[in-house]
Amino acid sequence: MGELWEGLAQAVRLLITFDSDLVEITLRSLAVTCTAVVIASAIALPLGAILAMRRFKYRRLTIAILNALMGLPPVVVGLIVYVIFSRSGPLGVLGLLFTPTVMVIAQVIIIVPLIASITQQALRELWSDYRDLLISLNTTIPQRLGTLLWDGRRALLTASLAGFGRAIGEVGAIMIVGGNIDNHTRVLTTAIALETGKGEFAMALGLGFILIALAIAVNIAIHTLSHTEQEGRW
Amino acid sequence: MSMFPIHARAITVRRRGRDLIGPLDLSLEGQGVTIVIGPNGAGKTTLLRALHGIERLSKGEITYASPRPEALAAQAFVFQSPVIMRRTVRENMAYPLSLRNMSKSEISSRVDEVAERVGLTFALNRPARVLSGGERQKLALGRALTLRPELLFLDEPCASLDGRATREIEDVLNHEISRGRRIIMSTHNMGQARRLAQDVLFIHKGQIHEAAPADQFFTAASTDAARAFLNGDIVE
Ligand SMILES: Nc1ncnc2c1ncn2[C@@H]1O[C@H](COP(=O)(O)OP(=O)(O)OP(=O)(O)O)[C@@H](O)[C@H]1O
Ligand SMILES: [Mg+2]
Repeated sequence: MGELWEGLAQAVRLLITFDSDLVEITLRSLAVTCTAVVIASAIALPLGAILAMRRFKYRRLTIAILNALMGLPPVVVGLIVYVIFSRSGPLGVLGLLFTPTVMVIAQVIIIVPLIASITQQALRELWSDYRDLLISLNTTIPQRLGTLLWDGRRALLTASLAGFGRAIGEVGAIMIVGGNIDNHTRVLTTAIALETGKGEFAMALGLGFILIALAIAVNIAIHTLSHTEQEGRW
Repeated sequence: MSMFPIHARAITVRRRGRDLIGPLDLSLEGQGVTIVIGPNGAGKTTLLRALHGIERLSKGEITYASPRPEALAAQAFVFQSPVIMRRTVRENMAYPLSLRNMSKSEISSRVDEVAERVGLTFALNRPARVLSGGERQKLALGRALTLRPELLFLDEPCASLDGRATREIEDVLNHEISRGRRIIMSTHNMGQARRLAQDVLFIHKGQIHEAAPADQFFTAASTDAARAFLNGDIVE
């Protein structure tokens, strides 16, 4: 119990002193994860919407694949990305290993299946409501996609936020591909792992509390910005 | 170019090993109001959807006098249970127009005009989900009318509406009919069928059991099933 309190105290201390290391790694965590969420959403939202509109035959298979991908251990994703971007790997020439860019790539791979899967589930009902109308109006596939994404935006926000939650707390993959290099690729989660390894539990806990506060703050901020709470169900 | 006459030749809609309608033949000319009646499950909805081109045909074909895409673009369908989009009433009505290259101001003036006609002006800025059943039907009708379709399908547009709401919808329909809009409509309300029909299609067990001009059908239906149906008997 004592360590928890010490951790909390440490978190408060880091916050009020506006610790420059802390600010830096927090901003890096946010930058990497937000970029990954934006890119992953751009891929996964249309993908999920298309899946929602498909008939069962192909759908079952793709959804089974998505679910399997969702269960991929991040460490393994990190390992594969590492091999691909390592010196001798197929994309080694890009020299991206141990950069924030490759951390973004790993996170995108980890959260695309999650966001696509939630999107698919959320838009299923919407599509069954709208199907007759949209077909009757001779809408094109892109028009259907646009309509579903727009009218389902509330649920899709939740899907993206789930992706954010998974990415910001992820440590295995980005530790491997980013290398936890000070001032370069160190983020909140890898810093926590490092401090824990060193036996600095108070510091690790402090960072942990800040990570949790960050995740909650982003969720609240986005929900408030989009006025979703006032709008009711839709 | 007009899509009429429409010819349906030996069309069949088969699902799960059962013929829902057909094989049946039908020709539709470009004027008037065709009322489709028949018992529950007879195949009225299926027939309307097939004619509108949104129900896959298992056999047969439907041809329009104009090219198919053009013909389909000049039709609108009001569904048995209205499709309400998760938007405001105004956005619901504007939706079909927003799919076409039409200026914002033209869209908005058309929506205002149609809302006025169906009596929804007061609700334009409300979320459509708060509308009552009758208002939802009016919304679906108004949304279909914004397109100024040459042919309008209505699948029981007054189901579960009270007398007053039914009359309001009929007033709108009469206005459209007077302007030459072609209407094909199913209903279980025989009073409404008598008021609006010029032609009647009596559907029974997936077949057109009887097709006749309205006055003839209502005074002297030629089949037992149609007479029984008109009498309010249960048609087997
Ligand atoms: N996709 C489908 N698969 C299997 N059966 C179907 C399908 N769609 C409709 N049916 C069946 O086809 C029959 C005709 O249905 P339809 O909706 O056309 O009847 P209807 O005349 O409109 O009835 P109601 O007056 O109750 O609206 C019904 O028995 C219905 O259960
Ligand atoms: Mg029906």
